[in-house]
Amino acid sequence: MGDVISNAWLIPVMPFLAFALIGLLLHRWPKMSAVVSISAIGASFLLSLLVASKVFSGDPGSIYEMSVRWLEMPGLKVDMGILIDPLAAVMLLVVTTVALLVQVYSLGYMEGDPGLASYFAYQSIFAGSMLGLVVANNFGQIFVFWELVGMCSYLLIGFWFGRPSARDAAIKAFVTNRIGDFGFLLGILFLAIIFGTLNFSDLSARIPEYHNLTVLLPIAVLLFFGPVGKSAQFPLHVWLPDAMEGPTPVSALIHAATMVAAGVYLIARAFFIFSQVPQAMLLIALVGGFTALFAASIALVQNDIKRILAYSTLSQLGYMIMAMGVGAMTAGMFHLMTHAFFKGLLFLAAGSVIHALHGEQDIWKMGGLAKKMPITTWTFVIGALALAGVPPLAGFWSKDEILLGAFAGGFTGLYLLGSLVAFMTAFYMFRLIFTAFFGINNGGEHAHESPPVMTGPLIVLAILSAVAGFVGSPWMGNAFGHYISAPGALHHPANPSIMVVSSLLALAGIGLAWLIYQKQVVPAEKLRLRWSALYQLLLNKYYIDEFYAWLRKVLVESGARALEWIDLKIVNGAVNGLAYLTQSSGRGLRYAVNGQVQTYAIWVIFGVAVLLAAVLMTVFTGMV
Amino acid sequence: MIGLNHYLLLGTALFGIGLYGVFAKRNAIGLLMSIELMLNAVNINFVAINRFLQPGAATGQLFAIFVIVVAAAEVAVGLALIISIYRQRQSVDINDFNLMKW
Amino acid sequence: MNMSDLVFLIISAFTVASALVVVLSRNIIHSALALILTFLGVAMTFFDLDAGFLGLVQILVYAGAVSVLIIFAIMLVMKSDPKSTNPPVASRDTGFVGGLLAWLVVIGLGTAIGLSRWPSLPNAPEGYDAVADLATLLLGNYVVAFEAAAVLLLLAVVGAIILARGAEKS
Repeated sequence: MGDVISNAWLIPVMPFLAFALIGLLLHRWPKMSAVVSISAIGASFLLSLLVASKVFSGDPGSIYEMSVRWLEMPGLKVDMGILIDPLAAVMLLVVTTVALLVQVYSLGYMEGDPGLASYFAYQSIFAGSMLGLVVANNFGQIFVFWELVGMCSYLLIGFWFGRPSARDAAIKAFVTNRIGDFGFLLGILFLAIIFGTLNFSDLSARIPEYHNLTVLLPIAVLLFFGPVGKSAQFPLHVWLPDAMEGPTPVSALIHAATMVAAGVYLIARAFFIFSQVPQAMLLIALVGGFTALFAASIALVQNDIKRILAYSTLSQLGYMIMAMGVGAMTAGMFHLMTHAFFKGLLFLAAGSVIHALHGEQDIWKMGGLAKKMPITTWTFVIGALALAGVPPLAGFWSKDEILLGAFAGGFTGLYLLGSLVAFMTAFYMFRLIFTAFFGINNGGEHAHESPPVMTGPLIVLAILSAVAGFVGSPWMGNAFGHYISAPGALHHPANPSIMVVSSLLALAGIGLAWLIYQKQVVPAEKLRLRWSALYQLLLNKYYIDEFYAWLRKVLVESGARALEWIDLKIVNGAVNGLAYLTQSSGRGLRYAVNGQVQTYAIWVIFGVAVLLAAVLMTVFTGMV
Repeated sequence: MIGLNHYLLLGTALFGIGLYGVFAKRNAIGLLMSIELMLNAVNINFVAINRFLQPGAATGQLFAIFVIVVAAAEVAVGLALIISIYRQRQSVDINDFNLMKW
Repeated sequence: MNMSDLVFLIISAFTVASALVVVLSRNIIHSALALILTFLGVAMTFFDLDAGFLGLVQILVYAGAVSVLIIFAIMLVMKSDPKSTNPPVASRDTGFVGGLLAWLVVIGLGTAIGLSRWPSLPNAPEGYDAVADLATLLLGNYVVAFEAAAVLLLLAVVGAIILARGAEKS
């Protein structure tokens, strides 16, 4: 496909080099570290643009692959390599774009932070790992980078490690991810055992021939564990809201746009496996749909701006996973792309607000920011409109295609669920907007607009949120779907009635929020009191965290008690028993040593007699 | 006809008697004497076998000579031991030599 | 039953009887004297087996030196009691068990011997000189054993002297 693409391996490598440089040499010079990091990701961005332009001007089916044998054993070959196809090219664009914008934004947001050099080092290694994950051509490599991004997430969530809540959140993220990764690894191992190769191209050729569903189903379910952990689906969703302890640019990059999308990307990559197993697809769709509804319901009552956005991310990830499950892989990837843009925008704008208010995150303590921070406010509104799915912004196109996939695929229940979630999404986003940006000023006297280094990325992302949807819209040839597809993915013709219905739902949600929170037709207080039980349930996130804590306590304590019993009774018992045996046999045998030589002589002759008898026996039985 | 078997039986009988003496004597010197009996029985065996199975070579007799040498040395040392123990304990009763009792 | 058989029977009876006296007598002096007789009986057996040199050595060393040594030792350790109360007597159980074992060993060996058949027994070649042959062996193939035996005797002598003398109090 040309020389540009053969240099594609540089895309992940440059940020890694930046990390090495900063980590080894430039640690003392924060500004220099920032420059190196941003240059690296900028270079990766440019190279990604070139690669993408090459890919999207060519044949959708052509693939560039380059690999190096890394491990070879009888029965298993593992490579390290690069796979560039349209799917990878899209992800490269999305990741490098958002990463570049976030790093530039961080120059302003993290200014003055004593750990600035480390921050950019971590940003670089994260970018490198995420890009390495994207271009991986086999399960082994993807797993390695999967774990690496998990580690980077840990480092960045716990960046302000002086705060105990940050430390706990980082550990929680890592451990929850590990549980998902455990299942993921088991799935990979089974693949390795059964097929002897982990390479995507090889497997995608062999799996459609392999008709043993009783083997493929567990593999698919196990592989799905990875996305459940990484993309924070129920029941492993608990780490994402707490991950908001990290700096806001980190939340934007990792926990909205890229790392959490890695799970969705994996399902797209491994679609040839999942699409063979209908039960697995159903499971995926149900988990995604449930998560979407579950998270949206919690977002309705949250008061922290970042938490609202976090639950919104959970909900949208649920959408994407659900899309994968109903076979609309194209729609899922499309939504991944648009979501990266508008969710990244929303987080960065929220960061702008927090930065201006010197750390305030409670929306009830904001208000009236529209006048003081116009760029932030209006970019936030654009992002929220995109998220709510108002045409012609990007979110409308992608969300609509997911709903179409559910409806046309026969999953009417999921379609209704998705529509309900769309309504709730619009509602809670505009609840946030009316409370924080318009309305009465509750504390924002000192707020002022953020510097251009922060508002610049906001504007860029706002533009992207507005126009990026058109690459996937039916009236522009659906270029996206043309390139991003997979065997087993379903495509449905556009359905105008669905589009109209979803638009109306979005507007209805916005309208309801306007009535309650702007016009105060029904004061929020009264609603809260009237539905107080439900309100408490939602506010406390359905008490899932408490349940997990109780579960951990029970399991760990009972396990510890069992092991202690084993240690005391069995292990100690064996050792003590051995000692006791030795002692008592010694005590018994003592009496053989009575000091009389003649007794000893008897023992000797006794032995001789026994030997004699034995020999005679052999001889006699031989003779007779 | 007297053959090898008879001499071997003689040796066995002497050996058994000596063996009984080892267990049945209380006097340490009596013990030593019984051991001498056993050694003599062994010598008879050597010589008898040599005479009947390989008369042209005197290997059996040679062995018997060495046995005599060693037995003599052993008697000397053993008696010296008994005498020195007698000096300590004023007794040659074997049941009294029980320092190795636990 | 010819002459040589009879001779053998008499010699063996004599030897066994003396051995029994050694072991069964309650008087240590009687035991010692019976021991001398046993040694002589064994010497006679050696003569009967055409091992003249060995028989003489037996008389010289055993009946001559070892027996004297034993009687010296008996005299040295005998208490002022009369000899008859210096009995070599067993303690009940050891004696019984020991006797049993000894009897078993004898029976076993005896049966084995009785049941074995030997090939026809050649005689020594004419003009066979046992002494010369012994000398050749002793100073030829087995000279190392010979020298070792000499060293052993030296050790025994030195050791016996040291032991019998007791530790020096200097």
